[in-house]
Amino acid sequence: MSKAGLIEQERYTCAIGAMQTVVAIPKAVPILHSGPGCGEMIAGFFERSTGYAGGYTSPCTNFSEKEVVFGGINRLRDIINNSYKVLDTDLQVVLTGCTAGIVGDDVDSLVFEFADEGKPIVSVETAGFKATNYEAHSLVVNAIIDQYVSRFESDNKPKSEKNTVNLFASIPYQDPFWKGNLAEYKRLLAGIGLKANVLFGPESGGVKEWQTIPRAAFNILVSPWYGKEIADYLKTKYGQEYTWFHHIPIGANQTEAFLTQVLEFAIQEGAEVDERKAREFIKHESRVYYEEIDNLATFLLEFRYGLPNHVHILHDAGYVVALSKFLLHEVGIIPKEQFITDATPEKYQEAICDDLKSTSDKRQIPLYFEPDAGNAQEILRKIQHKGRGLIIGSGWDKELAKEKGYDFLSAAIPSPYRLILTSNYAGFTGGLRVIEDIYHIVLSTYA
Amino acid sequence: MSKINLSLPEVQIREIRINSITGYQGDAKELVIASREGLKDKERSFSQCLGCSTSKAACMTVLIQDAAVISHGPVGCASCLHEYTFTYRVNSPLRDVMQPTPRRIFSSNLKEKDTVYGGNMKLANSIREVYERTNANAIFVLTTCAAGIIGDDVEGVCQEAEDELGIPVIAIFCEGFKSKVWTTGFDAAYHGIARKLIQKPRKRRTDLINVINFWGSDVFSDWFAPFDVKPNYITPYSTVKGLKYASEAAATVQACSTLGGYLGAVLERDFGVPEIPAAPPYGIAQTDRWFRALGKILKKEEIAEKIIAEKKKKYLPKIENLRKKLKGKTAYVTAGAAHGHALLSVLGELGLKTCGAAIFHHDPIYDSRRLENDQLAQHVSDYGNVTNFNVCNKQEFELVNALNRIRPDILIARHGGMTLWGAKLGIPSLLIGDEHFAMGYEGLVQYGERLLEAIENDEFVKNLKKHAINPYSKWWLEQPPYYFLKGGGGK
Repeated sequence: MSKAGLIEQERYTCAIGAMQTVVAIPKAVPILHSGPGCGEMIAGFFERSTGYAGGYTSPCTNFSEKEVVFGGINRLRDIINNSYKVLDTDLQVVLTGCTAGIVGDDVDSLVFEFADEGKPIVSVETAGFKATNYEAHSLVVNAIIDQYVSRFESDNKPKSEKNTVNLFASIPYQDPFWKGNLAEYKRLLAGIGLKANVLFGPESGGVKEWQTIPRAAFNILVSPWYGKEIADYLKTKYGQEYTWFHHIPIGANQTEAFLTQVLEFAIQEGAEVDERKAREFIKHESRVYYEEIDNLATFLLEFRYGLPNHVHILHDAGYVVALSKFLLHEVGIIPKEQFITDATPEKYQEAICDDLKSTSDKRQIPLYFEPDAGNAQEILRKIQHKGRGLIIGSGWDKELAKEKGYDFLSAAIPSPYRLILTSNYAGFTGGLRVIEDIYHIVLSTYA
Repeated sequence: MSKINLSLPEVQIREIRINSITGYQGDAKELVIASREGLKDKERSFSQCLGCSTSKAACMTVLIQDAAVISHGPVGCASCLHEYTFTYRVNSPLRDVMQPTPRRIFSSNLKEKDTVYGGNMKLANSIREVYERTNANAIFVLTTCAAGIIGDDVEGVCQEAEDELGIPVIAIFCEGFKSKVWTTGFDAAYHGIARKLIQKPRKRRTDLINVINFWGSDVFSDWFAPFDVKPNYITPYSTVKGLKYASEAAATVQACSTLGGYLGAVLERDFGVPEIPAAPPYGIAQTDRWFRALGKILKKEEIAEKIIAEKKKKYLPKIENLRKKLKGKTAYVTAGAAHGHALLSVLGELGLKTCGAAIFHHDPIYDSRRLENDQLAQHVSDYGNVTNFNVCNKQEFELVNALNRIRPDILIARHGGMTLWGAKLGIPSLLIGDEHFAMGYEGLVQYGERLLEAIENDEFVKNLKKHAINPYSKWWLEQPPYYFLKGGGGK
């Protein structure tokens, strides 16, 4: 950890990065009450992430000296008013930057005026110095629930649909596989008889789906820590219990465990699911998966020109734990030192260590919580293990992998060396995709 | 008057220093005239995300080979800077940097308590730690909105660190809210570099010319060779040492006066390096003037004439051939100031009709105060007026509206994100990242060929048009594009 508390090689951004949480909701628009560069910084961080009305489409007050001195509320009023004229949107979320935060503009009152006229508008404080985008994702979602979803409660009685669930898993854009993952969760949950509101991306039903959040019988949280505040909030607000799976289910072992956990919880919560059919679905998915692994094992065991035997992962806690478990048990690549770069709050770190520890009872996997990824690289630079190494990380790690002569798989952001569209790493198919990606890279070294 | 004052830590922003504006609607000729007579900026009552000085200051410092950069602010203010590490790596062979090293980019990671108690201590510790970690030959500290508003003494902290570490530690004041003209960030970086890195010349070299540019291809080595001169590219891919002695060069030339105008003027005024009195060489007439100005400053006029004659003999027939093919085609340009004007001249030379432009800002005059460097004025006198000429700082809603009305045969863009809207409307759209691509006589040939290729290969944009997602309202597309610009009818 850096003594000064600095960060080198950013793999997450500040609170206003949660504008991507808004961008991921079909036809929603973030309105920034911030300095002129915030939108550019976020668009540049995530890349290829404009969606419907993000990036240079997002309205912004573009704080100047004048607003810093005299306040920017009047400017914000104009921008909001004119946003309604210029853009066709279903939901507007006003996010504040550092400037508005320090100057102390009363954004909530202004937004309330618009909301009072019936506009689907929400405000949330996201001054960059207050939180990371991992944390602010929950702030944004909870603000939408609190200020928008709550307006539709009379038509959406809490817990009125026994087989409907809200899923909180990938953080849009911060998880580069979010679209594919959410689609895959939705498909898997449908397979065990549940209708999942995934809330983000093309497989969600946009704001209409958000309005029905209260109806869900219970919620599912797939995350080591981020997003937990959403599940907690819904528990208090609508009495929805949640089942918490602590890492991303990648491959058969974890996906089976995940689906079984959800299935049992659903039954306990009174969902009307056909348990036999649900278990048959899990078995079927598993069979399809193992047909591939069975076929692949020969290659993994016999390929005589060299394959990676150990891996270092630099990613958020969800991926580090999930990929370690998956690669060890289902691919045969040994997880060595691992680095969690998501600035995990201290209170969650122990549980994450325990989760990783449970991967194997015969080996220790050294784990570092290191938001200063430049330092993580410094540590990794000095580590040497026998055999061919693999690094799974963000674009920053490509140069290090080259320096160490390791294989490199880009699976975290920033991702300048890889495009990810709708691929998923979650689920049975996600595991197979990880395998394809790793060995595609490895085999392409044999020219 | 231009106010260059290296004794002050902060550069004066462009709006004040050279009266730059970000809102204008009219035609190019009127703007040139108004620029001489005093230009008034216009505000907008609707606006979208702009971009700010900090990333512009970053690109002129991050790419210095042996420097480290600290963004003094919350993590968000450095989060797009990874793009420059990619740029550095990818373009390094163009500058003979065969072993590109990782870029060292840090955030001091200001948190809420720092905004209450101040971030000076954190910055001081960060500088020390960065030095230990990188052993950089210079450390740049970029300021951000948060650091600026809470009033951290960045200059003082940097000065103390410099005394302690014995390397230049340079404060660059580039808070986003300070200027609406994001190119102020270039000036801010150059100001810091000129104050702290560039030394008084030990001698005057006749074999070196400063080229202020981004990271484009190396066209200048070939062009300078007949004069027995080499280019000193600054500041990307330069070294701390190379920058120190930029003061000894025979002259300075620009790839884009909006980028380097301030540094060129500082080098001339404070270090005695003359800037050549000609806008960059885009279009035949301007390329002639530029080579002549170069010849004159190097006292090698006859070499300039020889180059002009030889190159014209070789390239004019090719250019003429392209003109025939491009005649009658219409184009719309959206780009930063001087480079946008340069592109207008390139299009004019190739025989296209420019039916409009959205240029991100306008500098009525550059810091050199030389009218010869005014590229828009050159364009108007060489190729005539441009109608629908607007100054618009990447306000996408205005661009979409204008394009939707004007429907040119091709959209030329120079910054990311803008070509999308041409393509969504089915208009072939071209972005060329290399700022040197269209320069000189040979550049016209290269550029003309790319234009033809883009216009010809329109299948992709035609298909995209059929399926394009458009968040803009029907009402908006029916309003005049400058409805929300002051005086435009909108409130």
